Amino acid sequence: MDWSTKISVFFNTMKNEYWQELFLTGLLNTVKIAVIGLILGIVVGVLIAIVKVAPKYKRIMRILDKIFTVYVAIFRGTPMVVQLLLTYYVLLPIMGFSAVDPLVVGYIVFGLNSGAYVSEIMRGGINSVDAGQMEAGRAVGLGYGTTMLKIVIPQAIKNIVPTLGNEFITLIKETSVVSFITVYDLYTVMRAIAGKNYDSMIPYICMALVYIVLVLLITLLVKGVEKLFAKSDRKTTSLVQKKKRKAKVEK
Amino acid sequence: METILNVKSLKKSFGDNEVLKGVDLQVNKGEVIVIIGPSGCGKSTFLRCLNCLEDPTGGEIIFDGENLVDMKVDINKHRQKIGMVFQHFNLFNNKNILDNITLAPNHIKLTKRNKIATKNFFIKFGNLFRKTQNKKPLLEVKTKKEIKAENEQKALALLEKIGLQDKATAYPSTLSGGQKQRIAIVRALAMDPKVMLFDEPTSALDPEMVGEVLELIKDLAKEGMTMVIVTHEMGFAKEVASKIIFMDGGVIKEENPPKTFFENPKDERLKEFLSKVL
Repeated sequence: MDWSTKISVFFNTMKNEYWQELFLTGLLNTVKIAVIGLILGIVVGVLIAIVKVAPKYKRIMRILDKIFTVYVAIFRGTPMVVQLLLTYYVLLPIMGFSAVDPLVVGYIVFGLNSGAYVSEIMRGGINSVDAGQMEAGRAVGLGYGTTMLKIVIPQAIKNIVPTLGNEFITLIKETSVVSFITVYDLYTVMRAIAGKNYDSMIPYICMALVYIVLVLLITLLVKGVEKLFAKSDRKTTSLVQKKKRKAKVEK
Repeated sequence: METILNVKSLKKSFGDNEVLKGVDLQVNKGEVIVIIGPSGCGKSTFLRCLNCLEDPTGGEIIFDGENLVDMKVDINKHRQKIGMVFQHFNLFNNKNILDNITLAPNHIKLTKRNKIATKNFFIKFGNLFRKTQNKKPLLEVKTKKEIKAENEQKALALLEKIGLQDKATAYPSTLSGGQKQRIAIVRALAMDPKVMLFDEPTSALDPEMVGEVLELIKDLAKEGMTMVIVTHEMGFAKEVASKIIFMDGGVIKEENPPKTFFENPKDERLKEFLSKVL
């Protein structure tokens, strides 16, 4: 095995502008699908979580609750690949859409899929807040929605953020299956390079490294966000905050 | 004497389990009513039914001329005038002490203010088409800052009263149990309630801190606050109550002023209970 030749062949390929561009497109698509998928997922997840957590006095809420239960069961019960294939090759042709950009299909399916998971994350986060907090809010005459927004959700976010980061990491790794519906992502590009050079080793090692770097970046991001929300966790507020508040009170 | 709360044959069941089997109670202005009884007799449930934290399954609660059990009543409006203090304090963990106290008053007064501001907007719009002498005057409206400052002043004054003004910017997790409970009482007071409900306010405290909380409640009683208190502190009950109620099995078994209550208990179950706790 001649490592140095393999490496030099790989980097020679990467010096070529055409392949560089292809690599960047692939990387960008991977990140795009994960980010847009997560954002869509949060929107869908919040919607579902609201319905699941809210009291079900009204009939419409009970019906929505049933629908979302089925939705979550379907999207958690089938692999992502199956969902992608079904949407792209079965559902869309049946509905009469022919030339849909596979990237858009990727966004939507990833969004819907992560929505199912995010809804459970949100529900768990909200349920983990002590029921006494809601009671105290209601007891001073605040409405359900106001108490939820001002008291419960800010506390729930602290529990939600780390798990949501986890979901983001899973999502960015799962994006490698979009090649099934002909999207150019990181994996497809690396496979193409491997095919061109008749060598799979270096491209695939590089692919792994790129994924690791991406995940590490996300981990850092999540830690930063966690710190933002951990304010009331710590025993005392930071000195700067304290000074600001004191000045406010003295005024 | 003005009746503040009038409870008529209040019933509550959880599924098949009937916890309250028709409780009648009249709370007059300035009265301090203490409810005692063995655990599981429904005294906490009864208290929580009074401001509909648990929805009663039957009966009536007349407050401010309206029946709170009726689902059509705006319960939030009435809850503002019924203060509640919990066993586990339930301070808002994500807010500092000052925000804990001012959150509800701010929200409620700002909502009212915004309604008036909207009305003013329409009056202004209408005035554009009116002649000078016919112009409608604008309604009086405070700025948001004024309302917030007012509430903050009031909260600080209340904190000063209990000697915790230096904790205004601390978070609940930094306080001791006794301090938390006193702040929970102040939070309820900041709404100017007509009646205050205490759900075992000292049960989660260690013995050293029970005293400071009871002192505060006694002070409130002296100031003439109407209160309904569920407690296990018999000495405190004897001292502060104007009427003591013994509950067992979801009904009121005995209802008397403290002196007769402790010296001349009539109900057999109460005699047994008192012999154990005194």
